Amino acid sequence: MRILVIEDDTQAANYIARGLKEQGHVVEHVGNGEEGLTLAQEDRFDALVVDRMLPKLDGLSIVSTLREGGVRTPVLFLSALGEVDDRVKGLKAGGDDYLTKPFAFSELSARLEALVRRGAPEEVQTKFTVGDLEIDILSRRCTREGKRIDLQPREFKLLEYLMRNAGQVVTRTMLLENVWEYHFDPQTNVIDVHISRLRSKIDKDFGQPLLKTIRGSGYTIRADS
Amino acid sequence: MPILRLLSSTTFRLALIYMIFFAGSVFALLVFVYWSTTGVMERQTDATIEVEIRGLQEQFTSGGVGRLAEVIQRRSRNAGDSLYLLAQADGTPVVGNLTAWPKADMGEDGWLEFSFERGAEEGNPSHDARARVFEVQGRFRLLVGRDIEGMRQVERMIRTTLGWAMAITAALGLLGGGLLARYMMGRLDEVNRTSRRIIEGDLSQRVPLRGSGDEIDQLAENLNAMLAQIERLMVGMRQVTDNIAHDLRSPLNRLRNRIEVALIEQQGDASYEATLRQTIDEADDLIKTFNALLGIAQIEAGALRDEMTGIDVGAVARDVVELYEPAAEAAQVALSASIAGDLALTGNRELISQSLANLLDNAIKYAGEEGVVEVLAEERDGHICLCVSDTGPGIPAADRERVTERFVRLEASRSAPGAGLGLSLVAAVARLHEGRLELDENEGGSGLRACLYLPRG
Repeated sequence: MRILVIEDDTQAANYIARGLKEQGHVVEHVGNGEEGLTLAQEDRFDALVVDRMLPKLDGLSIVSTLREGGVRTPVLFLSALGEVDDRVKGLKAGGDDYLTKPFAFSELSARLEALVRRGAPEEVQTKFTVGDLEIDILSRRCTREGKRIDLQPREFKLLEYLMRNAGQVVTRTMLLENVWEYHFDPQTNVIDVHISRLRSKIDKDFGQPLLKTIRGSGYTIRADS
Repeated sequence: MPILRLLSSTTFRLALIYMIFFAGSVFALLVFVYWSTTGVMERQTDATIEVEIRGLQEQFTSGGVGRLAEVIQRRSRNAGDSLYLLAQADGTPVVGNLTAWPKADMGEDGWLEFSFERGAEEGNPSHDARARVFEVQGRFRLLVGRDIEGMRQVERMIRTTLGWAMAITAALGLLGGGLLARYMMGRLDEVNRTSRRIIEGDLSQRVPLRGSGDEIDQLAENLNAMLAQIERLMVGMRQVTDNIAHDLRSPLNRLRNRIEVALIEQQGDASYEATLRQTIDEADDLIKTFNALLGIAQIEAGALRDEMTGIDVGAVARDVVELYEPAAEAAQVALSASIAGDLALTGNRELISQSLANLLDNAIKYAGEEGVVEVLAEERDGHICLCVSDTGPGIPAADRERVTERFVRLEASRSAPGAGLGLSLVAAVARLHEGRLELDENEGGSGLRACLYLPRG
């Protein structure tokens, strides 16, 4: 992936760039808003990482200008302002996701992957398959090896989100935001128990485990080939 | 300088304006009295003279000039204030109580006013008089008048009174204004002095009260209440700063020590990796604590009041309970919920969810294995009541106020994870919604019951 990082804090930018390069992405970095806008308008990036506070032109203006000009590159906002109204402002300006500083690199990378995947034009998909596990969004059926698995509505939503991002790392915060629509961190790790409950339904009685824990980051669902 | 201050004070200016209005009305009143009194007296004098003239005319008609002179002579002997003079055409007196024909110009209808010497034996210098003059048969002139010195005296007296009244009004007004201004300035100076001392840093200062309950006392009471609030906030801020410094220093210290030990021991990559991972976890905990603090500060600043929307607290409660249900099961805690219908409210879904999550978190943590946690959501006297009760050790009554303060953790819970900010957040959310958080003993006798009351409407 080609990623443009618009961030005036050099240390933070280096940290992001090094991490992304490590994962095999091509990263360009600029330190002010005007240059960032010019580069982003060339429309040759798969994703933009934009800080909200920038010299010369702030992040919100960059993104709204891009959107007015028809540039649809997915945007991940970074900000020290983390409250709900800031998030809402960022998304209204045309951002696709919002991450509050300080953040874990794994969080940033997982969200970028999810953004780019979602940004790809796809026909409306109602069936997802990972190995021998299948879900049908319309009939809300889940089967593995052809056997029907009963899931609670929330468990189904959780599995659906994981399968939409199959092969990608999904963090606990992403699950909380997308499956439960909460933007706060519960003190104890309630997500882990939900995952292990789901795991006992879809993995326990079958050969190959599909739902995997990625240490220090989150979870992923994939079939090992 | 103090005099100048006094003169430029608002009270003095008000008193001065009042005095000018008051003096103006006193002046108008006295002028009216003067004008109407003298008018009445002048008309009376003229009427008396007319009556005398009519009497003398009758005498003249019945007996001619001789009779007239006789009557004048008789009346002159006991005249009182009346004046008579019958003179020849050239002004030589014939009979009467005036010694000479007055030197004064005649007004219309024969009226004239003049001064004359009253009888020398009385020693009076000169009196004013008013009279009417006639020609009699072309050979004589008749003057009939009255001494109006008494009337003039009354007029003079009224004028003097008017002058004095004005002078006294002005003097009393200035004096009263000055005294009032000095009194008010004295009272306000107390407030000013206190304010200055507070600005200089002595927050314990209070404006002294007179105990009279007047408006300045009320102002002082309000100021004192405000000062008490400010002092409370300052003390609170200081405590929180101390707590932050203390509670954040120990994890930072742990973090630093671990890295240092890893460097000293040099046990190879595997050990380094483990140390780094632990360090990241600890840094994450610190970040979480900071986020929680910032979140509480933001809620307390009321910044999120705009985020209020119509929400169904029942649905919010069901969602959070569902989120925690597997966690409760894993901790072998029996979690049950009783949620009433129609719990609509204007509020912040995110914050109410987080509050209930914090309460549930605590309840599950302290209920312990085989414990029971119950969630209750219902309407009670215009409030929506969200209660979480557990069968844990509870909180001693003496500590229940304290635990909602930032970083306060009871000894019993020191070993459990958490920074002591959970209940602070719940309390802040309650205040944001103009509700309250109540901590009680669970009905069973053991354990805690935490209730969040949110007013409807």
